[in-house]
Amino acid sequence: MAETRVQGTIRKVSGPLVVADGMRKARMFDVVLVSEKNLIGEIIEIKGDLASIQVYEDTGGLGPGEPVVSTGEPLSVELGPGIIESIYDGIQRPLDKIEEIAGALITRGISVPGLDREKKWEFVATAKVGDDVVGGDILGTVRESTLVDHKVMVPPRIKGKVTRIVSGSFTVEETVAVLADGGETHDLTLMQRWPVRLPRPYKERVNPVEPLVTGQRVIDAFFPIAKGGTACVPGPFGAGKTVIQHQLAKWADAEIVIFVGCGERGNEMTDVLLEFPELKDPRSGEPLMKRTVLVANTSNMPVAAREASIYTGITIAEYFRDMGYSVALMADSTSRWAEALREMSGRLEEMPGEEGYPAYLPARAAQFYERAGRVKCLGTDDRIGALSAIGAVSPPGGDLSDPVVQASLKVVKVFWSLEDWLAYERHFPAINWLTSYSLYHESLAEYFRTEVSEEWEGLRQESMRILQQEAELKEIARLVGTDALSDRDRLMLATAKSLREDFLHQNAFDDVDTYTSFPKQFKMLSNIIGFDRLSRDALEQGVTTEELFALPVQENLVRSRYVPESQMEEFDAIWGRIEQQVRELVEKRVGAEEVAA
Amino acid sequence: MVKEYKTVQEVAGPLLLVGGVSGVKYEELVEVELPGGDVRRGKVLEVNEDTALVQLFEGATGVSVESARVRFLGKGLELGLSRDMLGRVFDGLGGPKDGGPQIIPEVKRDVAGAPINPWARDYPNEFIQTGVSAIDGLNTLVRGQKLPIFSGFGLPHAELVAQIARQATVRGTEEEFAVVFAAMGITFEEAEYFIADFRRTGAIDRAVLFVNLASDPAIERIATPRMALTAAEYLAFDLEMHVLVILTDLTNYCEALREISAARKEVPGRRGYPGYLYTDLSTIYERAGRIKGKKGSITQIPVVSMPDDDKTHPIPDLTGYITEGQIILDRALHRKGIYPPINVLPSLSRLRDKGIGEGKTREDHANLANQLFAGYARGKEAQELAVILGEGALSPEDKAFFKFAEVFENRYVRQGQDENRTIDETLALGWELLEILPKSELKRVKPEQIERYMKKTVAAGE
Repeated sequence: MAETRVQGTIRKVSGPLVVADGMRKARMFDVVLVSEKNLIGEIIEIKGDLASIQVYEDTGGLGPGEPVVSTGEPLSVELGPGIIESIYDGIQRPLDKIEEIAGALITRGISVPGLDREKKWEFVATAKVGDDVVGGDILGTVRESTLVDHKVMVPPRIKGKVTRIVSGSFTVEETVAVLADGGETHDLTLMQRWPVRLPRPYKERVNPVEPLVTGQRVIDAFFPIAKGGTACVPGPFGAGKTVIQHQLAKWADAEIVIFVGCGERGNEMTDVLLEFPELKDPRSGEPLMKRTVLVANTSNMPVAAREASIYTGITIAEYFRDMGYSVALMADSTSRWAEALREMSGRLEEMPGEEGYPAYLPARAAQFYERAGRVKCLGTDDRIGALSAIGAVSPPGGDLSDPVVQASLKVVKVFWSLEDWLAYERHFPAINWLTSYSLYHESLAEYFRTEVSEEWEGLRQESMRILQQEAELKEIARLVGTDALSDRDRLMLATAKSLREDFLHQNAFDDVDTYTSFPKQFKMLSNIIGFDRLSRDALEQGVTTEELFALPVQENLVRSRYVPESQMEEFDAIWGRIEQQVRELVEKRVGAEEVAA
Repeated sequence: MVKEYKTVQEVAGPLLLVGGVSGVKYEELVEVELPGGDVRRGKVLEVNEDTALVQLFEGATGVSVESARVRFLGKGLELGLSRDMLGRVFDGLGGPKDGGPQIIPEVKRDVAGAPINPWARDYPNEFIQTGVSAIDGLNTLVRGQKLPIFSGFGLPHAELVAQIARQATVRGTEEEFAVVFAAMGITFEEAEYFIADFRRTGAIDRAVLFVNLASDPAIERIATPRMALTAAEYLAFDLEMHVLVILTDLTNYCEALREISAARKEVPGRRGYPGYLYTDLSTIYERAGRIKGKKGSITQIPVVSMPDDDKTHPIPDLTGYITEGQIILDRALHRKGIYPPINVLPSLSRLRDKGIGEGKTREDHANLANQLFAGYARGKEAQELAVILGEGALSPEDKAFFKFAEVFENRYVRQGQDENRTIDETLALGWELLEILPKSELKRVKPEQIERYMKKTVAAGE
């Protein structure tokens, strides 16, 4: 290692950018320790003898002449038991440990490893002496939390015959297995390291076929994201990006959730920290925190570490994907990451692209989102893992022509368009049903057919058609008044309103409404559309819209979102009432006509 | 012994380039002495080998390349802190402005501050009663929140802020807030208005004021909010007080920042503001909050005037992305003579739902607020429709909403500058207004809540 430990001297300090000379032998993206304070930085440009370094901590008080030492290693994260339930800063330092050392305020030069060195983990070996193993093969497991079995894998690019492996109690640094590969031996511990900017390898990419169930009706029913898919949520402030991200982090049926708070509010991270241990996973009943990792680099924390935070997050996510889990990563917000890029680019005096963002912004965004996907993991058992990535974008003034939005839309497959006018009407989630899209309908069709219902796709399309028609008709209706419309149009408007207010609108703060399972979504939707179909027939028979709108069962439709998941039979009862009440109207009308005849 | 340099090479706007220096550190405090003995302060913006780029806080008027003497002090800009600061008025750099003596500091702190560890934060969830219905009822402020007021030129934000400062209490306690007030580039009259108001109500005894007027050097404004927040942190986390920080006007602050950025010839972001405006603003706004295990708290009410009333202007836009909501003042309401002219629809308090409800205000608060929002939104729509069609063409429901929106503006939003409504009065008023609407349209409140709270007001009316 000695030859890679380059020592240089600071020449220039400008904000988070430090330029040092004597760095000819240093390598791009190597981590360096800056000044005697040992601030952590990363080399982002080399020109001859000069290296430009982005420093992950406040650079106040640094000056020319101070030393810079390269560690000879790229910025890496530690992967092993102890990650789950942690809260890290942008470069994987545990914030709780930082508080123990430094108190309530984050000071500089604190060095804490990402994984606890003291804690002992119960390792249960599943591989045996004599097994031939390759990178990705599972050696054994550690019960990391009540929800997560941490699979201890052979690191990528290593193979050999197991010569020793023991179950028992170990720290992350103790050897649990030894491999012999020809003349070489590898001592394997519970922990491995991986550079954050390098995607972790897998065997092959496979197509996503299952939806990530989020319990959010507008998403699951109309704009679903697949496990292993990518989505982007742009919206102006106040439109509810953060609430959506939190809802997804809470309810998505991923086995592991990584939440990256990238340049956002401090209080929001506190909210997650306080709330997640209280919330129960709807499937297991365990606290949600038991499957969650938080990476928090709030807006006022150093800007360079913000740039690194999404890579730290996604590398951790890939590691759990490699175990064969379905992992969901939420990044809030990628705009702040892009701004960090822009700030560093400006200080490097690079030629700016659009809005001052560097020309490589779209490439970097694409690289990030391409790390998501459904894959056949390394290892001989061909297990499948999935990593879904959902990025929030905060475009200035909600303007979707913003370079970060455009760079994201180019690569993601799902677009949830948040709009402030919906938020002002307190229609939450404020996802515009007309402009949002999902490109996964086709690949998920088979799943919906077999797991939800044959009718699902038809219901969805009919609902969308009604909402589309409403948009077209609404303008006219506003000008001429609804009285001037035909009965069928008025019915259509009423159904659209019902879809919007009773299905798409969802209250994240109501205990029941906050999560809706697929069966319940299906029943809600089929009742609304079913009522529409019956009503259309009834209109043909001479029943008026006034009579239909006055039916008492309307009230049941409005309240059906508050029906608990445990009382699913209630929906069939509502359907029974719909059929009965509409039938009675028709009979009354037909009877009256017969009498008249 | 601090070295003195007479090697100023360049003066451009508020920036000095000093050559031949050694041992200079980034962000170090600098003193520049002029021939008359006048001393200006500044800080190091960049060091490149033996040259230092220095930003002067008080501007460069009178600085000459030949005679200026520059000293680097080896520390950042600091503020001396003590309990005696209460009741005092300081200038934008922390010097006494009220003719009183210098403060004898208990402790000195770097005004740059350090980020609060998210792990160490305590979540803000205590309801603050401001006595203003449009805030308390619909866009509730909680202790430790940062809730800006988006205003426009000529709108009465000063009156509203002064009213909040006067009336803010935490329910059930008679505890009053200490107020830290930072004026950045506001007019003499506006500053006097606050000072006089604080004096009149006695609030001055629990207030610390930092005043940088429009006539003071613009660059000094960069330091002013940090001075104020350093004082606020001392009061809150050392002396365990609950502190309300009022910063007015952030737009002036951002313009000063733009001035420096332009002088440095940086690549500009939107509308010429520097690309790091978001990060810079966050180092001000994020200094609000509560810390686990500490009794005090910092609640921030920054005022941002929106140039041309444009909410998408970079300053309000970036502010909205950092703060926990916003209170938006509206010119149309102001023209109708409604005070406070708060447009509740685009206003928002992100922490509202954590600060209200059972045990904090009342269990029906959230639903009632949502119902009022929805009703007012629909009423505004009906009003627009009436402009096109005429009022007579509205459906009976739309007519009800039309009337509701009018009454809502005139009774709920409108109130006197000295009118201090309790939260119970605000809630009762909300229920009273809902009577205008058909019961079947009240979808956001629960039937049992209608039963319980609506009846009471009917009974009271009889």
